[in-house]
Amino acid sequence: MKTPKHPISEKEVSHLAELARLELSGKDVTEMRLHLNKILDYFKMIDEVDTEGISPTYHVFDLVNVLRDDTPHSPESKDLLENVPKKKGRYIKAPRMI
Amino acid sequence: MSSESKKIKIGLEVHCQLTSLKTKLFCNSPSDYREKPPNTNICPVCIGTPGSLPVLNRNALNYATMVASSLNFEIMSHMIFFRKNYFYPDMSKNFQITQYDRAGGVPFAINGYILLNDGRKIRLGRMQLEEDPAKISYDGTIESSSETYVDYNRAGIALIEIVTEPDLESPSDAREFLNKLSSILEHLNVLDLGLEGSVRCDANISHRGGKRVEIKNISSFKEVERALNFEMTRQKSLASKGISVSQETRHWDDVRRITISLRLKEEEQDYRYFPETDLVPVTLSETFIEKINHDMPELPKEREIRFQQEYNHSSEIARVLVKDKYLADYSEKAAKESIAPREVGILLAVNLPPFLNEIGKDLKSLDVAPEHFAELADMISKGEVSRRSAKTIFLEMLKTGQKPRNIFDKKGLDVISDSKSIEDIVTKIFKDNPEAVKDAAKDTKAINFLLGKIMQETQGRVDPSIATKLVKQKLSVQ
Ligand SMILES: [Zn+2]
Repeated sequence: MKTPKHPISEKEVSHLAELARLELSGKDVTEMRLHLNKILDYFKMIDEVDTEGISPTYHVFDLVNVLRDDTPHSPESKDLLENVPKKKGRYIKAPRMI
Repeated sequence: MSSESKKIKIGLEVHCQLTSLKTKLFCNSPSDYREKPPNTNICPVCIGTPGSLPVLNRNALNYATMVASSLNFEIMSHMIFFRKNYFYPDMSKNFQITQYDRAGGVPFAINGYILLNDGRKIRLGRMQLEEDPAKISYDGTIESSSETYVDYNRAGIALIEIVTEPDLESPSDAREFLNKLSSILEHLNVLDLGLEGSVRCDANISHRGGKRVEIKNISSFKEVERALNFEMTRQKSLASKGISVSQETRHWDDVRRITISLRLKEEEQDYRYFPETDLVPVTLSETFIEKINHDMPELPKEREIRFQQEYNHSSEIARVLVKDKYLADYSEKAAKESIAPREVGILLAVNLPPFLNEIGKDLKSLDVAPEHFAELADMISKGEVSRRSAKTIFLEMLKTGQKPRNIFDKKGLDVISDSKSIEDIVTKIFKDNPEAVKDAAKDTKAINFLLGKIMQETQGRVDPSIATKLVKQKLSVQ
């Protein structure tokens, strides 16, 4: 277990930033670490609840098997593509990944 | 199996699209994305706009149950979907909806298996249902491109993932396994393997208990054996130089046909799997699974047995025929048209493959109808053509698409059956080869030389058994 005071280290913040493809400066990392730890401290309150012997809840409703038939709808690409900020022809542009 | 190759351990992770579905896994966008302009078959769900909600395709559930059942899996009666989180533009939601067997997740099915021809059991650890990511293209190569271009037509297409234990002992085992799997999936009519990109494979391979290397990006089943052979040779060559293999992920470059080291940023824990609460759990009752099993199409194993009973094929021939659904269907059409279905089986399972190998084509691309094979089989079984002439007709038929009967008439390949003509030929050969006749009189093995001459003279149009009889008769009165 990590120390309860600071569950997330600066190294972990940098790793998260890398996974999320975010560029963070050293100052940003320190600040983000503070924010994230505050959030985690808040969530720690949940840990105080005794859940011994209680099976996990994956869904708040008791519904199962909500299914639809395999019938195609005509696609709605026109409106969707109009909302895309960067395009090349019909392709959606994204930054290079490596 | 040599002891050397036993030291190889191979596991596969196979991804198959359920191409027979008309819509994607969680939305009503049409699934026929191939040949469509980029970003045509998209909707708010598969492009991940905020507020859109996924709903599971009923037929995907039916198909996945059929697949799991035919691969001897234990199907989970209660399952949920998970989010696999990662930041890459092939999933605009920044997660993929999949299933998971850890962290409280439940896959679709566990503990399946496929039997190889020699009876070895290849264990299938788990099967899961998930969505396919989008397709990304580049300006030039992945390294040189300044931007990436995303086409979400493929995003959200239903995939099943099948993960084997490392039970395969050679690249050729992997090929046999994938052939069996393909044939089963095709017989279920859930997948058209002929569609580009409908199946993909990742493989892991270790040599002599060394570190495990993962190979990603194998884009078709045909490439798997090639990629594994390359990697096996690479690992063996490192071992022979005393260099240890490092545990890593490598990328199969199907143009250069080599594996290259790939730096992956994500580790398993970085995906932060958690339940997809936009989807409710799925329960599959025993009645449901029984109904699916009851309505199941005929599987290759059953078909193999029926082929032996119905068409009198040997077990070996029947096995070759059912290896590929197209060939099995084709052979069945031909067998039904023929009075000699067993002969049809021999033509298609024994004589055809070497020809196809040589010209590098498949049966589908030949302009030859099943009826042609039936006609030739009938001619052989009636004794109208000798085996040797049949071979000539067979090759001509495959090359030109002409009917066997037409080729036969044109080439004059009918069997010389009247005994007077055969006797004349034998007499001529005896006269032309006095030395050989002397040898044959002393040593029966030398008869073959004379028979060879007779076959040469008649272009194989004499029944060898009749020729042998006549030669022996003639020798005995010399
Ligand atoms: Zn959609």
